[in-house]
Amino acid sequence: MNKPLRRIAIFCGLLVLTLLLRDNYLQYVKADSLASDTKNRRVNITRYSTPRGDIIVDGKAITGSVETTGDYKYKRTWSNGAMWAPVTGYSSQAFGATQLEKLEDGILSGNDDRLFFRNTLDMITGKEKEGGSVVTTLNAAAQKAAYQGLGDKKGAVAAIEPSTGKILALVSTPSYDPSKFAGSSDTDAEAWNKVQKKNDADDPMLNRALRETYPPGSTFKVVTAAAALENGEVAGVDDKTDTPDPFPLPQSSSKLTNEHGACEDATLRYALTVSCNTVFAKMADNVGNEKMIEQAGKFGFNEAELDTPVRAAESVYPKDNQPQNALDGIGQGSNRATPLQMAMVASAVANDGKLMRPYMVDQLKAPNLDTLETTEPQQLSQAVSSKTAQALQEMMESVVNDPQGTGSKAKINGATVGGKTGTAQHGLNNSEKPYAWFISYAKLSDGSAPVAVAVVVEDGAADRGDITGGGLAGPIARDVMKAVIDSKK
Amino acid sequence: MSSTTNSPTHHTSTIGSIGTPSRRNTELALLVFAVAIPVFAYANVGLAINEEVPSGLLSYGLGLGLLAGVAHLVVRKFAPYADPLLLPVATLLNGLGLVAIWRLDQSKYLQRAEQAGTAAPRQLLYTAMGIALFIVVLIFLKDHRVLQRYTYISMVGAIFLLLLPLVPGLGQNIYGAKIWISVAGFSIQPGEFAKIVLAIFFAGYLMVKRDALALASRRVLGLYLPRGRDLGPIIVVWIISILILVFETDLGTSLLFFGMFVIMLYVATERTSWIVFGMLMSAAGAVGVAQFESHVQQRVQAWLDPLKEYKLSQQGVVGHSEQAMQALWAFGSGGTLGTGWGQGHSELIKFAANSDFILATFGEELGLAGIMALLLLYGLIVERGVRTALAARDPFGKLLAIGLSGAFALQVFVVAGGVMGLIPLTGMTMPFLAYGGSSVIANWALIGILIRISDTARRPAPAPASNPDAEMTQVVRPS
Repeated sequence: MNKPLRRIAIFCGLLVLTLLLRDNYLQYVKADSLASDTKNRRVNITRYSTPRGDIIVDGKAITGSVETTGDYKYKRTWSNGAMWAPVTGYSSQAFGATQLEKLEDGILSGNDDRLFFRNTLDMITGKEKEGGSVVTTLNAAAQKAAYQGLGDKKGAVAAIEPSTGKILALVSTPSYDPSKFAGSSDTDAEAWNKVQKKNDADDPMLNRALRETYPPGSTFKVVTAAAALENGEVAGVDDKTDTPDPFPLPQSSSKLTNEHGACEDATLRYALTVSCNTVFAKMADNVGNEKMIEQAGKFGFNEAELDTPVRAAESVYPKDNQPQNALDGIGQGSNRATPLQMAMVASAVANDGKLMRPYMVDQLKAPNLDTLETTEPQQLSQAVSSKTAQALQEMMESVVNDPQGTGSKAKINGATVGGKTGTAQHGLNNSEKPYAWFISYAKLSDGSAPVAVAVVVEDGAADRGDITGGGLAGPIARDVMKAVIDSKK
Repeated sequence: MSSTTNSPTHHTSTIGSIGTPSRRNTELALLVFAVAIPVFAYANVGLAINEEVPSGLLSYGLGLGLLAGVAHLVVRKFAPYADPLLLPVATLLNGLGLVAIWRLDQSKYLQRAEQAGTAAPRQLLYTAMGIALFIVVLIFLKDHRVLQRYTYISMVGAIFLLLLPLVPGLGQNIYGAKIWISVAGFSIQPGEFAKIVLAIFFAGYLMVKRDALALASRRVLGLYLPRGRDLGPIIVVWIISILILVFETDLGTSLLFFGMFVIMLYVATERTSWIVFGMLMSAAGAVGVAQFESHVQQRVQAWLDPLKEYKLSQQGVVGHSEQAMQALWAFGSGGTLGTGWGQGHSELIKFAANSDFILATFGEELGLAGIMALLLLYGLIVERGVRTALAARDPFGKLLAIGLSGAFALQVFVVAGGVMGLIPLTGMTMPFLAYGGSSVIANWALIGILIRISDTARRPAPAPASNPDAEMTQVVRPS
């Protein structure tokens, strides 16, 4: 009987060997991918096992961490979370993270390779691991002004420092408070479900300033004017344009009319001041689709990977047929823009034609406040020549300062404001409430332009006739610009 | 082990030869380690979780030491020539299991989920009961051949035990598998005891029938095919296994019993054809039952795609479990060296974290190194069992020893393989490590029987009686 016994012994040995091989596969070959699987809760347990680093605005932390009794040791907190959510995003034990909380997670959680040496040292000395901090470019006063200005209205504000591209304000309403679902309890899950798009038609989780594109309406006329000037379609801003009123759309039986003003053969300055549709549709037609795309591209359109570092949705100026291209010229065709994009347009004009890359992370700091990384301002393009920029500034300032101008509500004492209103129609046959736009910049007496801003209000609770960009969005833009100017003093 | 008999100084052989050392002192020295290692582990858990040496350290150490000491003394007295490794290795595994169970008791996560809290003290009680049974076996079972008398009683007993969970009012359906019964508030898994009783029956039966089964066969294509009527027993056992699978929906127990029978049949008859038959039949049975048994199907699904199963369970779909995936994550997160005692998160497995899935706790906290050490310890028990079978002088002892150790090896494979995602999960427990009274008590009895067989096998043959005739003839000397 001993021969089969020995064979059984070998068989049992093979069983154990198989288990050993399987274990090596599991705990050696597959170990890393299993350990770092985001569905593996240990990833989050580690992330929240130490207080998370903070996101800093104007030298003050807008985030924090509190110790909890739940499954995770620490929980993320935000001060005025709803206001800052479009900047910070959320970092939830149960629902993951977005935006800065996600993109800079390495620094915030302390897991970044640049903190490796420190961490190793801490491990030896028995010190708890700490996260670094993310210093943003934002301006708390401007953010507050924008958030309060929008109030209960649905909309977004983006403000940029034209000379550097620093994002000063980034607001989206309605917003959500990330603190409500930062944990992993049932209450957190309830709060999370409440703000999901399927349960809330207003979609509070949507970052409208960066991630939503709107028809830009009349604010796009600034880009059309830039294209016309750059391509020599008009010699100067005060030269008459040969424009009929109404303007028959090419290859179409439709005729384009104006809301108000005497737009026939109007000058470019007058046309922008009172927002003539006919003049800019004709200009866009004269410039042609290809050149319009080129000009829009120089302002940042058609750029799929605009990272602030949070990626902005792509603003588009598409290839279009002739009538559609003419409508694109007044922002009512198939072109679409994010609020950030329109702020970039205003900022390039204010910065003598130079478009800076917008960014919101100024510095990354180690827990001991050593600077790990500083973002250097970077020029994205020369959107228009300095001469064209001057001309555009003159016209945009007329919009605000001319008695006939549509943007008079944006005036600020002690600063020169240039702006452009917009009322973008949307919905089938213009059935839905239009979007009220306002883009503007403010210049100080020393010639510097500290801020450019774009405001969009989706559904002003008012009649269609009253919704002009100047009325609804203009005051918000003014408050944001004023807040920036005041904080510089 | 013919080579070892040539060198009398080579003491690894268990084949009894005159002057074989009893090895009791080796066992005692090993037992010191087998008690000390879990005590260190226990202190380690306390320091990691509560940042203090656990208050129960002394009593735990003394308790385990006392149990091991008493067991050792009984072996010294009643089975002096027994294998010296079986008791220490079983003690070590049992001690480590207690530590892991206590470690999971400390988990606030499991306490909140009401899945843990006081398992360790109960397991210590079960351990004491297990060692008591071990002692009873050694004291009252003077010779394992006595068991041969109870061959057919064993058969009735085994079937009775296996059928118990199906008795209405007694049986419990816990997460799909009906392998428990509930008596006076205690959950008992009769299958664990049936394993031993069935091995006794098979050994007794096969010892009698082996010649008929082995010799009366036709040779076809190089295989000895048994006669039709000799197929009877294997078919009966096969049907019983299938019935277990269908009515108790437990693939593991079914596979274990059938596998044990095939191993013993092969050893008894030395016919490879039985192995081929056995494998074909178990494959056919498993696949056949899986066609209509949803519980088995679900286990297979969870094995093929644990992540999908996890997602379904997270969505709250009834009948799906996150355990398989959670166990894999635990193993992966442990990596090569593990997180250290008390520093892992195997409690995320929740249900059965301290029983069926206890290996995942070891995997995460002791890492690849720890699991390999554990698997080798199990391998060592099996190897000592097989060696006992080789050394045994009687066919009944050989068959019983190989049956018990083969079943032990299969159980380790089925449970560890299931938890590690090598094969579908089954509802069995890791011998000695896992929480569960039936398992730990039955396995101590199993070790007791193996120790009894090995003692008989290694006991030196009595010195030949002096033959007066021989004395006489020696007187005549050539002058």
